[in-house]
Amino acid sequence: MGAGTSSIFRDFLRRLFRNRLAAGGGIVIALLFVVAAVPSLVTDRDPNRIDILRILAPPSAEHPLGTDELGRDVLSRMVHGGRISLEVGFVATGIATAIGLVVGLIAGFYGRWVDGVLMRFVDIMLCFPSFFLILAVIAFLGPSIINIMVVIGLTHWMGAARLIRAETLSLKERDFVAAARAQGAGNLRIIFRHILPNALAPVLVWATLGVAGAILVESSLSFLGIGVQPPTPSWGNILTAGKDNIEFAWWLSVYPGLAILVTVLGYYLLGEGIQDAADPRLKGR
Amino acid sequence: MLRYIARRLVLTVPLLIGISLISFLVIHAAPGGPVEMATDLNPKVTAEARERLRAYYGLDQPIHVQYVRWLGRMATLDFGQSFSRDGKQVSEKIGERIPVTLAINVLSMLLIFLVAIPIGVYSAVRKDSWFDRISTVVVFTGFAVPTFWLALLLMILFGVKLGWLPISGLVSLEYDSLGLAGKIWDRTSHLLLPVFVSAFGGLAGFSRYMRSNMLEVIRQDYIATARAKGLPERKVVFRHAMRNALLPFITILGLSVPGLLGGSVIFESIFAIPGLGQLFYQSVMSRDYPLIMGALVIGAFLTLIGNLLADVGYALADPRIRTE
Repeated sequence: MGAGTSSIFRDFLRRLFRNRLAAGGGIVIALLFVVAAVPSLVTDRDPNRIDILRILAPPSAEHPLGTDELGRDVLSRMVHGGRISLEVGFVATGIATAIGLVVGLIAGFYGRWVDGVLMRFVDIMLCFPSFFLILAVIAFLGPSIINIMVVIGLTHWMGAARLIRAETLSLKERDFVAAARAQGAGNLRIIFRHILPNALAPVLVWATLGVAGAILVESSLSFLGIGVQPPTPSWGNILTAGKDNIEFAWWLSVYPGLAILVTVLGYYLLGEGIQDAADPRLKGR
Repeated sequence: MLRYIARRLVLTVPLLIGISLISFLVIHAAPGGPVEMATDLNPKVTAEARERLRAYYGLDQPIHVQYVRWLGRMATLDFGQSFSRDGKQVSEKIGERIPVTLAINVLSMLLIFLVAIPIGVYSAVRKDSWFDRISTVVVFTGFAVPTFWLALLLMILFGVKLGWLPISGLVSLEYDSLGLAGKIWDRTSHLLLPVFVSAFGGLAGFSRYMRSNMLEVIRQDYIATARAKGLPERKVVFRHAMRNALLPFITILGLSVPGLLGGSVIFESIFAIPGLGQLFYQSVMSRDYPLIMGALVIGAFLTLIGNLLADVGYALADPRIRTE
């Protein structure tokens, strides 16, 4: 790192935004964050205001996306639910990435039996039907938003760990690591100042795709009734109401799913774009 | 080869023990056991009755004793008795459900192959064509679509609006009174949506994967050689390129087992299909410990077998891989 960093980063951003799909994905995500932060930009309605006279009302000027089984405004619930999905995706992936970084760096750097033990543990974790495990743990601990974030994080770090281990294995043989060691740098300094910064690009790609995956898991859990609990809105639990009223209210099923689709797609396109921009050689693969 | 398979099978034992230990600890450490679930809402149950129930289930013992007991039973393939009212053996309950889940997953795998391989091959051969671009967009959408939402949309379209297909269960109420053709159609029509939905997510991944394999293979020297000696392009693509591009597919196939099992929880709940996923969901909700453990271990076992089959299949198909 040092003087060259900012221009490398600028190059990276230029390449990223030249890719129209990635730029589109990035813009979608940015918009979603703005709306989640300031819901009043889209709607002033209270997401929990019950209106018995307008139960399951189809989309109209007053309720652009209709109302749900308690007469609550679907648009407003979706805006507030989006905030929760984005939070869960972000925090869960943050946890997973942090665990993956630590495990991967230690396994890759120290090698030998440390590597052996940690990677066998990764193998064991990969053999779990992870959705089964998540389901069991959440059902037991109770479906609070914090629990959901932590459990998704704890069951999705293995990919990051493998990725970072592989990067570390190749980076630690490089000349600049030997040079740092010759200057008297200790193991921790080498790991954090020399190896970690160079391993970050693939991790960033992994994390971007990971956020998308975490949002899908959260919405599936909420849909099954063991995720975010009503009256707190989430895209998944609005869809549960959609399923229960499938014969009368298509709008309850269509719009929240569309929101999940657009968000996840945005993250995927952004992730792919980051990958291409960080390593132009891989383009078109 | 046989020695390799034997060694791998032996290696699955410590893995299964590790998996079961983690599952056991997680499940038993969690608050709210089966006794609480069954009695909390019943004011007539006395403290002694609860203790009796706990002792009956063996839950009064320290956790390591409980685990060793469980492991001992597992060694004789005894999964124990379910805590549920019917008190059936866990193995029996799981055995009833597995064929349904397996059948749907196998059918959807076949569907994935039939569709994903041609798409992948064609979009690699015609890279950057319209077909390639459109299929890329569709594939990315396929990655991003929540399966349960797709299921809902299809249920609304085919079940509610058009009324062509049933939207829940495996057979209709009047199944027994139908003739043979009617029975076959009844079963098929109940399976169409679930199989399509469970295939859709995989379709995206597999066709993308096939495409990048093909692109990799097409660059190889032996493809240039095949073209140089004047083989027709069709032969180059299907005989030389596609067969090699299919190799890594075997691995992915083995690795997709946990995802399929997880997915089965979701689509079985939507379509009300009595399979393994639905059983697991119910067992979690009622804190049926033996059943939860049984399902987790069976799931992990299927995953390990999937991995093993993938490696063996790969070694059989590609002589360059040595197993010794």
